[in-house]
Amino acid sequence: MAQEQAIIRLEELEKRYDLGGEAEVRALRGIDLVVRPGSYVAIMGPSGSGKSTMLNLIGCLDRPTSGRYFLGGTDVSAMPDDELSEARGSGIGFIFQSYNLIAQLTVIENIQVPLLYQGKDLDAAHDHCVQLAQTVGLGDRLHHRPNQLSGGQQQRVAIARSLVNDPLLILADEPTGNLDSRTGVEVLELIDQLNARGKTIVLVTHDERIATRAHRVIHMKDGLIEREIVNRPEPSQG
Amino acid sequence: MKLTSFPFFSTIRLGIKSLLLHKLRSVLTMLGIIFGVCSVIAMLAIGEGASYQAQEEIKKLGSQNIILRSLKPVDDANRADAGRGTSLEYGLTYDDGARIQATVPGVIRVLPIRIIRENVRFARSSVACQILGTLPTYQAIVGLDIVKGRFLAETDDLNQDNVCTVTEGLAGRLFAFQDPLLQSIKINSFYYRVVGVVRERNMPEQRTQPGKTEGEPLDNNVYIPLSTARSRFGETLVRRRAGSIEMERVQLHQMTVQMRDVAAVEAADPQIKGLLDRFHKQNDYETIVPLQLLRQAEQTKRIFNIVLGSIAAISLLVGGIGIMNIMLATVTERTREIGIRRALGAKRRHITVQFLVETVVLSIGGGLVGVVLGIMVPFVVSRVTDMPTIVTPWSVLLAFSISGAVGIVFGLYPAKAAAKLDPIEALRHE
Repeated sequence: MAQEQAIIRLEELEKRYDLGGEAEVRALRGIDLVVRPGSYVAIMGPSGSGKSTMLNLIGCLDRPTSGRYFLGGTDVSAMPDDELSEARGSGIGFIFQSYNLIAQLTVIENIQVPLLYQGKDLDAAHDHCVQLAQTVGLGDRLHHRPNQLSGGQQQRVAIARSLVNDPLLILADEPTGNLDSRTGVEVLELIDQLNARGKTIVLVTHDERIATRAHRVIHMKDGLIEREIVNRPEPSQG
Repeated sequence: MKLTSFPFFSTIRLGIKSLLLHKLRSVLTMLGIIFGVCSVIAMLAIGEGASYQAQEEIKKLGSQNIILRSLKPVDDANRADAGRGTSLEYGLTYDDGARIQATVPGVIRVLPIRIIRENVRFARSSVACQILGTLPTYQAIVGLDIVKGRFLAETDDLNQDNVCTVTEGLAGRLFAFQDPLLQSIKINSFYYRVVGVVRERNMPEQRTQPGKTEGEPLDNNVYIPLSTARSRFGETLVRRRAGSIEMERVQLHQMTVQMRDVAAVEAADPQIKGLLDRFHKQNDYETIVPLQLLRQAEQTKRIFNIVLGSIAAISLLVGGIGIMNIMLATVTERTREIGIRRALGAKRRHITVQFLVETVVLSIGGGLVGVVLGIMVPFVVSRVTDMPTIVTPWSVLLAFSISGAVGIVFGLYPAKAAAKLDPIEALRHE
């Protein structure tokens, strides 16, 4: 039953990079982690601790060398490339440090990109996309290009984009790293709101203050979970 | 696995959008294809036009005809004799015609022609002409259009009448403002009544005429009955040249053998040669088989087309390489975008299709412009140079489909390269 309740379940997850010859980097050395739906988890750690590698694995952008990863109850650790794409597209929303918007597309078009690969009708989804843009406060900038927006606005477009397929899980990789503290707070508040509406959030950060917003903070070191701090109780499952 | 339907139109829209983002680059890339397609169509059109002209002329000689022509033998001994004033006897004879008619299967009729070069006089004007002594069937076999009056008739030949039919050009030169049908012309010491004006259907300038002098109008033909020609001119032609008299005895200058059908022509050609060679000790005649000429012309055309086509195809190939080059650069430039799309759920084939669509749009777009130019260029060429050009639909189709194929073939590699990128690596790309 516990397996059904976990949106993310990592079992003995390892990731090794073969650098040719004898050299080998063990980025993850056996991670066990369970994230329940609706919780907000922050991952912290110095660079090289394996937190980005873990986020890539959780985001289905990469496959573990060994161990298992269940996303919403499905084992995705050995899925072929196409199915991983499917899992990313339909189940996960990404928020990146550098926003990663497509430069030649407008705000509304950027929000629509994930729909494209789910084979959804863009015209039918148009109102939904506009609504998302309004939610993040960009209802009046639908036809602007990313280079006409400020960093905070761009990150809010990325947040709207991450929501368009209504995923259960949202992964944020240093979402405020490129923002000044005031806009950073605005973005973080948006993320808080998402969590309040039931989205599971996994956030990677350097900043202790940001991490305090999460239910749990996981500290990583040398490819292992060093310690785990519970800030506040996770929402109970019904 | 859920098979997601393909966002086909939005992919094309996206492709065009990304191409428009770099207008100059896209146009320059397209130029290779434009010139390639244009040159394929234009070159084939020029080749086709050139061979068409030759073929039309050969066709007018009649594909079911075999033409025999008397030749002055190239023989030193004879030439020395002729120089001393004795007459030189050579060429086709009436007997040859009768033998062909009697022995070669499939012959409908043999049309004998005597050709005499003489001045024709009317009133005060005198025009150097070619007098053709022939039978009434000439009109049907060679192809004459009656402009006025009639051609020679059977009775003219039977009665050895002094009647003649003249070509349109000659009529214009002799009887400027008078009705030719009311006039008589004088050749040597005899008058011939004009009974008709005709126009030769096969362009007369294409027919090599014996003893043709340059700078002379080519359609000054006078047709008289064969029997009349025989009795009025005899068989010995005397030509006075500076210091010497040249005499030739030639019965017939030309014979056109009309065969039952095209199939009989090729069988009959060696038979006629074999038959005539028994009676002709020297090589004093030639045979012209329009059908074979036509085949040769077609063969030449094919080679011509292949050569021109391959030159043009090479330029298409170069255009394709240009597209591939640019697309590879584009893939590198847009690595980040590929990473983003992959992270947002794009499968490899989505990325492949996205880039393939761009190359295909480039090459098809270039192909379309190339087709338009390729149709215009031959038109301009024929206007400027007077050279006939024919744009055949198949050459347009060929060039266009090659341009499409070039887009797919040369687009596939960059598109595959784009799809193969690791999403994490691509996302990290600056």
